[in-house]
Amino acid sequence: MSSIPKHISKQFDNELEDVRSRVLAMGGLVERQLENAMQSLSNSDSALAQSVIETEVQVNTMEVSIDEECTRILARRQPTAGDLRLITAVIKTITDLERVGDEAEKIARMAIDLIEQQGSRSYYVGISNLGQLAMTILHDALDAFARMDSGAALATAGMEPKSDEQYGAILRELITYMMEDPRSISSVIDAVWVARSLERIADHSRNICEYVIYLVEGKDVRHISIAQMEQEVRG
Amino acid sequence: MPQNNVTELENRTGERHAPAAAPTHAMNLGGLIGNEPRLDLENEKVCLRVEGLNLHYGGKQALNNVSMTIPEKRVTAFIGPSGCGKSTLLRCFNRMNDLIDNVRIDGRIALHDLDVYGKDVNVADLRRRIGMVFQKPNPFPKTIYDNVAYGLRIQGIRNRRVLDEAVERSLKSAALWPEVKDRLNDNAMGLSGGQQQRLVIARAIAIEPEVLLLDEPASALDPISTLKIEELIYELKTDYTIVIVTHNMQQAARVSDYTAYMYLGEMIEYRDTGTLFTKPRNKMTEDYITGRYG
Repeated sequence: MSSIPKHISKQFDNELEDVRSRVLAMGGLVERQLENAMQSLSNSDSALAQSVIETEVQVNTMEVSIDEECTRILARRQPTAGDLRLITAVIKTITDLERVGDEAEKIARMAIDLIEQQGSRSYYVGISNLGQLAMTILHDALDAFARMDSGAALATAGMEPKSDEQYGAILRELITYMMEDPRSISSVIDAVWVARSLERIADHSRNICEYVIYLVEGKDVRHISIAQMEQEVRG
Repeated sequence: MPQNNVTELENRTGERHAPAAAPTHAMNLGGLIGNEPRLDLENEKVCLRVEGLNLHYGGKQALNNVSMTIPEKRVTAFIGPSGCGKSTLLRCFNRMNDLIDNVRIDGRIALHDLDVYGKDVNVADLRRRIGMVFQKPNPFPKTIYDNVAYGLRIQGIRNRRVLDEAVERSLKSAALWPEVKDRLNDNAMGLSGGQQQRLVIARAIAIEPEVLLLDEPASALDPISTLKIEELIYELKTDYTIVIVTHNMQQAARVSDYTAYMYLGEMIEYRDTGTLFTKPRNKMTEDYITGRYG
């Protein structure tokens, strides 16, 4: 089900298609923000980090305008069933996307701090791995949304607990650094914040997967374990 | 008190997480948030029961093996494209189809214990128990008072005080009393369309039926009158079982507790309105309510 089946009203089709493609555009922008934030960190590129911070305004504007469009559709079309679920899923998805953007911005700010401090970079490996995982989950979540594929959404949501594990491991590692060399504390705390943001991004991406499952299956799978999600979707 | 709430919350959460809990979809939690308990046809008292109903107009089959139950003191809506049989089904309940030549009906309809198509059923009595309101308001060319008192007088009630009380009560129930109380002796034809429709509803409920059948009751009315009728339907369901046929899907979504989608004489999907409009099970229902090509 890659595209939305046609309505009698072509205009309504256009409106829904427009909303859907704008969500994907916003998703693409946020994805790039995260990529650039991580790259600015690994390449010590302050200018790139600065551009991530500046993109935030654009993401916010997109969130507001998609929200407005959804409200307009609700008022004018009174969508039902799958259409209604699409609109609710979109409204929720863009909130999470905007927050992913916020987290990417935070990472970019930390990157600038870390570049200035020129501290040890030995703990970047763990963070970079977590960054890779967060990017994969975000990308796959957006992909599942684009294809309206609840199976892919379920599989992607299933990766999220891994980010919690990695985050825990990084935290333990960073605590060791701080204990060994108290002078590193301020830069290591920045690194903690980066890891924290990445873990949150994985959470937001999982939320998006849950909205996709709601959109496709009509089943609300929030606040339950991955195993229960599987049962709901397959059951 | 707060402690109780916590326990309650834990219980709910526990229930949701217990593996023993049936594979109900998680949306069930929705029922805990609103004031109204979640609707479930299984738990309703049955007012009307339809079993294997077939209806032919001459050689053409208009209803095809319809089976359903209409719950008591709820609003049940029939939706579907023109010619799907929703009005025909509605008319079966009080045997309005008897008036048409060449109609053949088989199957069973029961109003509580009464077999509606039983041999010794007095159709006039049946129609007193199952009242009907049509698309076009059809007041009699009489005074407002006489319109409402009409059914009671036919029943032989002549006592002025009894009639006065019944007229006032019915007009109040139909949310028309404040607008007409000072002109009960005016001709009913002078009322607006919306007022006429509420007068017809007052006339129908004056004889205290058990069921009210509404066939497109608001489709000839302006939006404000429509909302008044919808509000009235909501008020009336505390006393009456209401079955409504409507072309207006949003109206069905607004007023009904249960909705049945019909297509080509068949009952395609019938469930609580909240679920039918957010998560229909049948693709045909989905296509119809979202306005897609079938």
